[in-house]
Amino acid sequence: MQPRVRSRKLGAKKGKKIKAKIIKPDGANRVFARPATLRDIDNHYCAGCGHGIIHRLICEVIDELGIREKVIAIAPVGCAVIAYDYWDFDVTEAPHGRTPAVATGIKRTRPNNIVFTYQGDGDLAAIGTAETIHAANRGENITIIFVNNGVYGMTGGQMAPTTLAGQKTATTVYGRSLRREGYPIRMLEILAPLPGARYLERVSVHSAHETLRAKRAIMKAFKTQVDGKGFSMVEVLSMCPTYWGMSPVKAAERIRSDVATFYPLGVVKTY
Amino acid sequence: MCGNDACGEGAMLAGCTFYAGYPITPQNELTAYMAKRMVDTGGTFIQAESELAAINMVLGASAAGFRAMTSSSSPGISLKQEGISYMAGCELPGVIVNIQRGGPGLGNIAPSQGDYFQAVKGGGHGDYKVIVLAPDSAQELLDHTSLAFDLSDKYRNPALILGDGLLGQMMEPVEIRTQSPGNDIKSKPWALTGCAGRKPNIIKSLLLGDGALEAHNIKLQQKYKTIKDAEVRVEITNSKDSDIMVVAYGSAARISKAAVMKARAKGIKAGLIRPITLWPFPENTVSEIANKVKKFLVVEMSAGQMVEDVRLAVCGKARVDFYGRMGGGIPTEDEILAQIEHAAKS
Amino acid sequence: MKVVKVKKPSGKIKIIKDRCKGCYLCIVNCPNGRIKIAEDLNIKGVKPAVFSPGNCTGCAMCAVICPECIIEVYR
Repeated sequence: MQPRVRSRKLGAKKGKKIKAKIIKPDGANRVFARPATLRDIDNHYCAGCGHGIIHRLICEVIDELGIREKVIAIAPVGCAVIAYDYWDFDVTEAPHGRTPAVATGIKRTRPNNIVFTYQGDGDLAAIGTAETIHAANRGENITIIFVNNGVYGMTGGQMAPTTLAGQKTATTVYGRSLRREGYPIRMLEILAPLPGARYLERVSVHSAHETLRAKRAIMKAFKTQVDGKGFSMVEVLSMCPTYWGMSPVKAAERIRSDVATFYPLGVVKTY
Repeated sequence: MCGNDACGEGAMLAGCTFYAGYPITPQNELTAYMAKRMVDTGGTFIQAESELAAINMVLGASAAGFRAMTSSSSPGISLKQEGISYMAGCELPGVIVNIQRGGPGLGNIAPSQGDYFQAVKGGGHGDYKVIVLAPDSAQELLDHTSLAFDLSDKYRNPALILGDGLLGQMMEPVEIRTQSPGNDIKSKPWALTGCAGRKPNIIKSLLLGDGALEAHNIKLQQKYKTIKDAEVRVEITNSKDSDIMVVAYGSAARISKAAVMKARAKGIKAGLIRPITLWPFPENTVSEIANKVKKFLVVEMSAGQMVEDVRLAVCGKARVDFYGRMGGGIPTEDEILAQIEHAAKS
Repeated sequence: MKVVKVKKPSGKIKIIKDRCKGCYLCIVNCPNGRIKIAEDLNIKGVKPAVFSPGNCTGCAMCAVICPECIIEVYR
């Protein structure tokens, strides 16, 4: 049930027929469908949550690279703790924050498998900061997908290291005060100076356009691992309509107007 | 070789191919030994950023189907407790070595037995047990570490070697004898190897469905009962004609054995029970002996931890005295002999 | 400069009505306004997004943004 790419030879010799690979479920070409590796079930995420989109992008990339049978994923604590319910490949749990360490244990013993982690703000940038930095510093040939939605969703919307100044959360009731709570952290910029960190990019899923870019970045990150080039990490700015207290559409707009202003989109480091 | 090195060699003989650790006295020789041996044999050695990271790397390597080990000393073992609980909940094998030092807190670097409760009664959260082996020599450090891998794989449960700084540091001759069959990935269909040719595997301890976690716990408890029935190991000296049995493990047992010999030489009918598995504890052995022997003396390098399990096993049938040294203090043979004499008279 | 005649694509989408959570991200990402909010509630108790045929080009932006992956696109 994979979407097939239409091969189209534009600019071909005059009169040459335009070829296309065609699937015809009902007489028309299907150009977009669920990737095979993304299980066809309802997910538990809130309406407008970015997880559903990012889960799908990862599955599309895995299917397109044909690596499903090699993938071992680590799904730690966070709203996506049960990501293994949605992915049709090997997955393990990890204690909160220890995810890159678990990934290291797997990748070092199984270097030919493709090992990726799927982590939120708390897991990667609070409790797991040391593990994140040291996995990058050791240049572990793993891929980290970092979902940055500026809050701790699973536990009820508390402040995250990535919460913006002035943002109201369950533990910054009057808005994050830089004096009291410190500054939001840009993790990719912290990792960039480390020689072990090879490919770092920040993307977003607030619009279809940016989501396509996000997919390209995730593809590049997985290719970095497949090619044995070292540590890759993609930070994905994501919506949390519930704990931002706004509709999904407004949450997407907030990323464009506020979040992406502080967390600039684009390549932070590449090779 | 020193006990720490012997422990490392025991791991190598058992087919351990992954080690992650963090330096802490008095087990640094073990970390260094594994650093060299892993590189020599093409295994993986990682000096992790913390003891937390190390146990989780072991979790990952174990989930991937390999024999993995970490080691530390008391405060570092405290850090590993969450990871050990996860491994027990996920039913992952793995070996943890605790070369105990004085505590609580930063304590000192002298040998101690203050982590018995931590090892045997839980340490981490939830209803789980780890198989705990208590060596009393460099030879046993080698043999028990190797055995720990086999038991750990057999039961899909973490196993812990409860040594101490004295054992870790002492230099003794050891016999290198291979008895372990090594790692057998085929016996681990649950491992994460990439889902080629099979349905995907999930390693998890989170069970939110109605009644699911309780059912899982019942399964774990049944496993622990099986281990209790099959894997108790204990060494008994002179139980048939003793008036007083000393109960001790590890270094304390070694010193106590000498004290018992001296007591015998003085005409006191003393014996020694040396549990080798601290979990499962040899409660049946102790209970049977308590039918005839009416005096027990538990000797530990702690404020008294195993003594509680002895009292439970004795169940009021006999008197249980305790002698302990805390904070890195090591009892001498004569101290223990004095305690035996005192107990024999009163 | 070569001029290549390309047939203007006409598209259509299918949305699985009862799995829609009503986030409406598809609506704001459709360049041609071809998705509307339904009048009636679906089984989840929300008004799902529905396809409104017209000048849909099958660009699939709706499907790309849909967090539920319940939109199929045909061109």
